[in-house]
Amino acid sequence: MTEVVATNQTILVVGGGISGMTAALEAAETGAQVVLVEKRPYLGGRVSQLYKYFPKLCHPTCGLEINQRRAKMNPNLTIVTGAEVSKLEGEAGNYTATVKLSPTYVNDNCTACGECAKAVEAEFDDEYNYGLSKRKGAYLPHVMAHPMKYVLDPAIIGTDDAQKAKDACKYDAIDLDDKEKEIQFPVGAVVWATGWKPYDAAKIQPYGYDRFANVVTNVEFERMADPKGPTGGKILRPSDGKEAKNVAFIQCAGSRDRNHLYHCSRICCMASLKQTHYVVDAYGDDAQVSIYYIDIRAIDRFEDFYAEVRAMDNVKFIKSKVASITRGENDNPCLNGVDTEGYHRYATEHDLVVLATGMEPSVSVDSFPVDVEINREGFIEPAEKNGGVFAAGCASDALDVNRAVQSATGAALKAIQVVNRVARAEG
Amino acid sequence: MSELNKAMIEQYRNSFLSEVEANVEEGEWVKMCMQCGVCSGSCPLGKHWAHPPQEIFMMIRAGKREEVLTSDSMWMCTSCYNCIVRCPRQLPITHIMHGLATYAKKLGLTPKNQPTAKFAEIFWNNMMKKGRVNELKLGLSLYFKDGFGPGIKEALRNKDLGMKMMKAKRMAAGEFFGGHGVKDVSGLQKMIKKAQELEDARMKKFDEPEASQDG
Repeated sequence: MTEVVATNQTILVVGGGISGMTAALEAAETGAQVVLVEKRPYLGGRVSQLYKYFPKLCHPTCGLEINQRRAKMNPNLTIVTGAEVSKLEGEAGNYTATVKLSPTYVNDNCTACGECAKAVEAEFDDEYNYGLSKRKGAYLPHVMAHPMKYVLDPAIIGTDDAQKAKDACKYDAIDLDDKEKEIQFPVGAVVWATGWKPYDAAKIQPYGYDRFANVVTNVEFERMADPKGPTGGKILRPSDGKEAKNVAFIQCAGSRDRNHLYHCSRICCMASLKQTHYVVDAYGDDAQVSIYYIDIRAIDRFEDFYAEVRAMDNVKFIKSKVASITRGENDNPCLNGVDTEGYHRYATEHDLVVLATGMEPSVSVDSFPVDVEINREGFIEPAEKNGGVFAAGCASDALDVNRAVQSATGAALKAIQVVNRVARAEG
Repeated sequence: MSELNKAMIEQYRNSFLSEVEANVEEGEWVKMCMQCGVCSGSCPLGKHWAHPPQEIFMMIRAGKREEVLTSDSMWMCTSCYNCIVRCPRQLPITHIMHGLATYAKKLGLTPKNQPTAKFAEIFWNNMMKKGRVNELKLGLSLYFKDGFGPGIKEALRNKDLGMKMMKAKRMAAGEFFGGHGVKDVSGLQKMIKKAQELEDARMKKFDEPEASQDG
């Protein structure tokens, strides 16, 4: 997939998560030529790693399937995975994009039969499960991966495993001599949808994420709740594999904090309320959930969802930013602090603690390949100097999926306007 | 009730927060507190405070002037800076606590026999004599702050520590007679005196009713 046919009427979409996919499909379905560039070997981004959406508690796989089907059917859309934009030069209506293609070692002959995975031995942390489980050196990133192709970990190239994988393949789909390539093509407008990453919880020193096994992040917890995840959908303590029935959530872990992230990450309150459902669904009356918060930000229609969780008998809300976590009995994390409603000092043990870590932009301020206006929080601001580059989704702000998709549709429209102007000028 | 205290009540009749902002060191930060409570939970002496910092900030905003200024809470601060390090809004909480303590003392509202307040006074007077702290005299005056009998008892209780400090040359018996100081003691004293005059003049304007009306 290294041939990219493009003109200065083509729209380049950077990032194939829910925002990038949406922008690319919306633009392509209006008839525009779109090239979608994704760094990972598959589309779907972080949404593909979610178990359920709030507030409907439906499955993201459903929407992803629809989008992947739209992508397969649309002739205007070219998808390039394992690729990163390294340079973008020019101006609105006349850019030249330089894209670095990582070697994939697997071509389109792949039928996802899985023989290569059976043949190889080395195991690595599975990034799809945030390192909570292992995967082979030849693997399918996840069951709904698009494109539906196996991936060879670059670390096995040059080892016996690589040859074993090649020998096991009946379809001549593995090319171990694949090299990194760089391609250049013209584009008229760019939708920048590089998304977010979870804030590094280990930086919040008093919470001991790096010291206590039973302190996990909300993205890890999401994988634990997924029946396809590392624990088969069981909510278990990483330290001893026992059922975690008494679960605490710590809100604003890194967000709204001048020592960490300045901004409110917007999704974490709703994410914890959603994950409270996971615990209650799993353990019923035996479940005990405590949510430590500064204030709950469940706006608009989310208020009902919050009220419903608040009314549950086995869910407690403690208005307090936890000061520190210490080791209690049996590796129980012990939460220490003072609550704001009465100034009561507490030291409470829980089976498992989930840090509601915030979102930070996945591209750091100084590694943008193009000069755009970046705010203090690292998100792209709409600005004149951005020219024909439009931010979509979490590259523009901390957003939930609903808002990210709205933002992506808006960005697609702006990009279409630019390429339409080019088309008119060139007649 | 001291005259200054009366004048300040008159001046800031309905807004203790404004009074704190104008008169307490770093007091303008108080309104920035978002009541998350991380300071109170992080304070190693927290459980000994009548009102933890978070509560003090709320009390200031609620206009609980008397309760705050006569409280011994801010005198409990040991300047460990745990709260400052963790405060998500980077409030200089330690400095605000010391600012509140200083202001309460100025108004004559320090709780009676508050040990930290007493120590602070002894420390200041000790240092002002020579421009350097005389460890020996500081220790002794601290022991005897409650009278001769308890002083002897306290001194005996700490004699091992005292001997160790002597051995390590952290304390010298000779310090009892005079002791070391800065080069220009009278210059230092003049400087402090001038600063005190400026501060007195600043505070004096509150005693004059005409001046306080447009203040």
